[in-house]
Amino acid sequence: MHTQKPLTERIEQNDGRVLGIDDYEAAGGYTGARQALTTMTPEEVIELVKDANLRGRGGAGFPTGVKWGFIPQGDAAGPGPKYLICNADEMEPGTFKDRYLMTFDPHLLIEGMIIAAYAIGAERAFVFLRGEYFEPFRALERAIADARDKRYLGEAVFGSEFDLDLRLHSSAGRYICGEETALLNALEGKRAQPRLKPPFPPASGAWGRPTVVNNVETLCNVPAIVRQGADWFRGLGLTDDAGTKIYGVSGRVNNPGLWELPMGTTIREIIETHAGGMRDGYTLRGLLPGGASTDFLVPEEHLDLPMDYGSISAAGSRMGTGTMILMDDSICPVDLSRNLQHFFAQESCGFCTPCREGLPWLEELLTDIEEGRGTLEDIDILEKNGAFIGAPGNTFCLHAAGAIEPLQSALKYFRDDFEAHVREGRCPYRARKGKD
Amino acid sequence: MATIIVDGQRYEAKAGQNVLEAVLSQHLDLPYFCWHPAMGSVGACRQCAIVEYADENDDRGRLAMACITSVRDGMRISIAAPHAAEFRTSVIEWLMENHPHDCPVCEEGGECHLQDMTVMTGHSQRRYRGAKRTWRNQDLGPFIGHEMNRCITCYRCVRFYRDYAGGTDLEALGSRSRMYFGRVEDGKLENEFSGNLVEVCPTGVFTDRPFSMQYTRKWDLQSAPSVCPGCAVGCNIFPSERYGDLKRVHNRYHGEINGYFLCDRGRFGSHFVNDPSRIRCAGTRAGDDVFEARGVDAAAEALGKMLRDTKAIGIGSPRASVEANFALRSLVGRDNYCNGLADGEAELIALALDIHGRGGARIPTLSDVEDADAVLVIGEDVLNTAPRVALSIRQAARGRALEMGSEAAIPDWQDAGIRGHAQGALSPVFVATTLPTGIDDIATATFRATHQDIARTGYAIAHRIDGDFAEPSGEEPLADDFVDRVAAALGEAKRPLVVTGTGSAEPGVIQAAANIAWALRARGADPALLIAPHEANSFGAAMLDAGLTLDGALEAVRSGEAEALVVMENDLYRRAESERVDAALAAGAQVIVIDSMENATAQAANLLLPAATYAECNGTFVNYEGRAQRFYQVFEPAGEPDDEIAPSWVWIQRAAQAAGRDGCAWSGMDDLVRACADSVPALAGIPEAAPTADYRGEADTRIPRQPHRYSGRTAMRADVNVHEPKPTVDEETPFSYSMEGQNTGRQPGSTVPYVWSPGWNSNQSVFKFQQEVNGGLTGGDPGVRLIGTGASPNGADAERFRDPPPTFVAGNGIKLVPAHAIFGSDELSARSWPVTSCSPSPYIVLNPEDARELGVEAGEGVKCDALSVSVKVRVDAAMTRGAAACVVGLPGLPGPLPVEPVQFSRDPDFPRDPEIIAKG
Repeated sequence: MHTQKPLTERIEQNDGRVLGIDDYEAAGGYTGARQALTTMTPEEVIELVKDANLRGRGGAGFPTGVKWGFIPQGDAAGPGPKYLICNADEMEPGTFKDRYLMTFDPHLLIEGMIIAAYAIGAERAFVFLRGEYFEPFRALERAIADARDKRYLGEAVFGSEFDLDLRLHSSAGRYICGEETALLNALEGKRAQPRLKPPFPPASGAWGRPTVVNNVETLCNVPAIVRQGADWFRGLGLTDDAGTKIYGVSGRVNNPGLWELPMGTTIREIIETHAGGMRDGYTLRGLLPGGASTDFLVPEEHLDLPMDYGSISAAGSRMGTGTMILMDDSICPVDLSRNLQHFFAQESCGFCTPCREGLPWLEELLTDIEEGRGTLEDIDILEKNGAFIGAPGNTFCLHAAGAIEPLQSALKYFRDDFEAHVREGRCPYRARKGKD
Repeated sequence: MATIIVDGQRYEAKAGQNVLEAVLSQHLDLPYFCWHPAMGSVGACRQCAIVEYADENDDRGRLAMACITSVRDGMRISIAAPHAAEFRTSVIEWLMENHPHDCPVCEEGGECHLQDMTVMTGHSQRRYRGAKRTWRNQDLGPFIGHEMNRCITCYRCVRFYRDYAGGTDLEALGSRSRMYFGRVEDGKLENEFSGNLVEVCPTGVFTDRPFSMQYTRKWDLQSAPSVCPGCAVGCNIFPSERYGDLKRVHNRYHGEINGYFLCDRGRFGSHFVNDPSRIRCAGTRAGDDVFEARGVDAAAEALGKMLRDTKAIGIGSPRASVEANFALRSLVGRDNYCNGLADGEAELIALALDIHGRGGARIPTLSDVEDADAVLVIGEDVLNTAPRVALSIRQAARGRALEMGSEAAIPDWQDAGIRGHAQGALSPVFVATTLPTGIDDIATATFRATHQDIARTGYAIAHRIDGDFAEPSGEEPLADDFVDRVAAALGEAKRPLVVTGTGSAEPGVIQAAANIAWALRARGADPALLIAPHEANSFGAAMLDAGLTLDGALEAVRSGEAEALVVMENDLYRRAESERVDAALAAGAQVIVIDSMENATAQAANLLLPAATYAECNGTFVNYEGRAQRFYQVFEPAGEPDDEIAPSWVWIQRAAQAAGRDGCAWSGMDDLVRACADSVPALAGIPEAAPTADYRGEADTRIPRQPHRYSGRTAMRADVNVHEPKPTVDEETPFSYSMEGQNTGRQPGSTVPYVWSPGWNSNQSVFKFQQEVNGGLTGGDPGVRLIGTGASPNGADAERFRDPPPTFVAGNGIKLVPAHAIFGSDELSARSWPVTSCSPSPYIVLNPEDARELGVEAGEGVKCDALSVSVKVRVDAAMTRGAAACVVGLPGLPGPLPVEPVQFSRDPDFPRDPEIIAKG
């Protein structure tokens, strides 16, 4: 019987304890990696993952097998190592799915990385971990040591000719390190600024060598795909997208948290069934479906959308990390926007002008509007600047584009609130709470 | 080639270049900040936005940054499209959030690229209401001022300083909208090219500090095309003047030599022109050594008496122009003329010219240097003797990275991509010197030995490349591994380069360098050989056939054979042992000194005549390439009523007239140039270096030394006289001392007195003066090559050197070997106050064992009979035992070093180093 929850079933069955290597192996762990390394060629692994239609769970949804296929093999790769990097710099506001996986089932990630590294021929791999993730750090540190002791890492993995040196790198802590090329620069000890592309990492990544950067959740899907096949994986999804997804809800619901559900579960089911619906006295006004850097969706139009890459894009937002932030009717959209722009302005790497200088101005304008000093012209400036800053290609990387997504959609769905602030010369929400 | 369509117009472009380069090459206007023609693109500022259309049916297009968009044949773009124009305005608006509104009082104002781009995009109203960010500035030393509040975070400074020039002490610090560009702590910027930050910064963050201290509005500067007098590279410069003071030196683009960058000696080394110790009037020294001003007429009369019917010896100078030297030779006659080079140096320069004359190796321009794919620097600390060469070698080292980029299909202008991809990969560069150098960080391998042993190693390399070349014999093992690696790397290179110079005072080093180049030639490669002499006109002076060596000239005076000595722009104490000079000057001959500054020789003059500096006269220097380049008078020195400064050749002409001597009746500069070319075959080409005085540019006008925005002409002398003086008519050059006339850039490149173009008030306007971005000047790059232009004969035919010097053997005592300092070794720049403040006090470098035997530690002083002062000890394990490097040219140190080993002893009275005292 194939599991329906390849990512979290073991954790649920282990009563909330961290799975050690014996627990993990007892639950069938490392059989996928052993199978891949001893019975499959790297090309077969890549084909399998392509066939499974695994897409990047970090937010962009790029097909994982296709990305692996970009890595030059054999002599074409030139001299020197290739690299596999696990992007575990989970800093998207509202997102904590990777933390859950790494804290409780660190070997799942290691196994996924062994298979991925084998597929692309990478002899060196890094887990680039968010600096504040102390518990995952301890779990992974222990797990990597245990795996090394069992010769699942190091030289001749599973007795094959494949060597893998896997290291854990704790980040110094910048949101921009989630951008894969900024991550690479940081890993190399340089400023965490994104790189100009092309070249893309598969052509020239870490230390100028072919490199794949994959998200934690993405890699964690790989062992089960090897064990249970592409057809099974595709069959898990309810819509065009394959597999399961860890969805999350934060906000004023009865049961905030994370759930591994079939890809394409509707927003309504996630909120109402799994998160237990809104708490009494609060009405849902909008939601950021995949973290802070995605466009608002609204309950009037979007609750029955399946949470998959295509459906959410078609609605003008992005599935992102799949961990949604709910905005209820007690929350001022202007204040929320100000808060978010503060975050994004603060996390700008400082390299390109629109992001570095544009975002603080937006924050400034939002502060003025929120505090009753704004004008209608300010709203126009927000829109115009937002359009300039937010269009992909106008800035050096997609940080600013992500920053603008919640703002432009807030202006679209909650424009009345912005105008009310200007009209009343104060924040109506604060006034209602008697704060103003 | 490719065709691109810009706003409906078709233009030629190069496929693969970026769109910004392509449109600027067409002299179209497109604002930018972070892109730099020499440093490529990084896409940081987002200022050069254009609209790019997918095809002919696309009428919406998409915004793209021109600097990171490759040219494709047939591509259609728009600069004028409203969407792009609005975006560019927005970029300025974002940058202006925090940029101070202090343009009217900012020292960058009027020459500020940010100001220009702001006007170009049309942004004029501040909508941002927030507070501006402020910073604490740093003290970056005497060269560079720091005003971080003005920063627009274009990253150019760190890209130049770190990536291009190899500096390490300027960094991008902080993040988000709090980026800080500075040092970890206050202190002088250490890199020798820090001054370029002044021009690289698009606004006023990094400023020319000496200039700011005697500030003048940029548009009020009078400038002329000139050539740096600081070394033999011949970088082109724009010295600028106001109120009779030389205010600053800016880079003058030369496509084959300095490009966009100067060294700090060149940029900050010209303030000697304003020095209080300038000789400003003619006079005599009475018996009690008191200088007595006599006036021009009395001086002429004295000259007549001293030189009429007497045998006079003339000593010229490698820091004086070809024309001044020729004039002096004409006055005294070839047989009585000496070119003023120290005897050892003269031999080395003659050797260099002989080698170049034999052919077999190209003489590289600096752009050739940058193009080399393997470099050997042998026996010459170029960073300290010909600094700009070192910067070019640094670019050559990047060749491997560009090659790797090319293999990975990353365009060469995609600077960040190539750096990320190549990860610091370097082309082979080998450095063989006595002491560590400032380019060791890019060296594949280094070799440290005395110059003698470096020469022997060089011979061995040539022999390893081609066994027909002489092999050094001797017992001491040579650095076999180094020899192997150099021979292999140079042998595999397509464009190998050997760099040497006269700094070693060891002919064997230059011979070895020539042998290596010729051996490569014999193997079928196309080698280049750069031999750097040390002064602006070393080669030019040496090309004048002279009857006397310096020793010969001094001896003729000492022996009483000559009754008069004319010393022109030369401090003999820097060239010969002081006893010999003392003896000559005290022999009773009338000593006439023509010079611009007081020095030991001038102190001994019976008649002292004030010479114009390079900024106050016209002339020709011949650089290391054998390129004759004309420098033009920037301003008239007649700032003071009693100012009698005149070009040396004018004094000589006056002398000839007063003394009734023939052969000096030139009608003017052009006539002098022609006479020199006619009488000296080696200099026959110099008239072609620049047009004659009757050249008129477009609209038949003179070329103005002053930009048309020049202000205050009617007022600037009002404190002296309310009548505005008529501008002097310059009979000697095509320039005017006014703002009338045209400087379009279409005139010969040698006659561009400043760069300016409508809307482009900063040095960024240089692209309007180039044939294409990074190409030659529209009117041709200045100068004419006098040597090395003919077809190179096969190296196998070039006569090889066969006599390597013997192995260095430590003798009884310490053998002094020459070393050089970028700030201090050059005579004139050492007297420019910013450079003086960075010059080291005299020191020697000892091997630790030798220091131990002498009982001295680093920071203590030693003395010996050969040195007139005690010198500080530095200790370096790289120094060969039995030898000590001694920086030549520093005050108190002898010109030529003693040949025999010297006996040092610890000087107990030497003042302790304050740093050491501080450290306890």
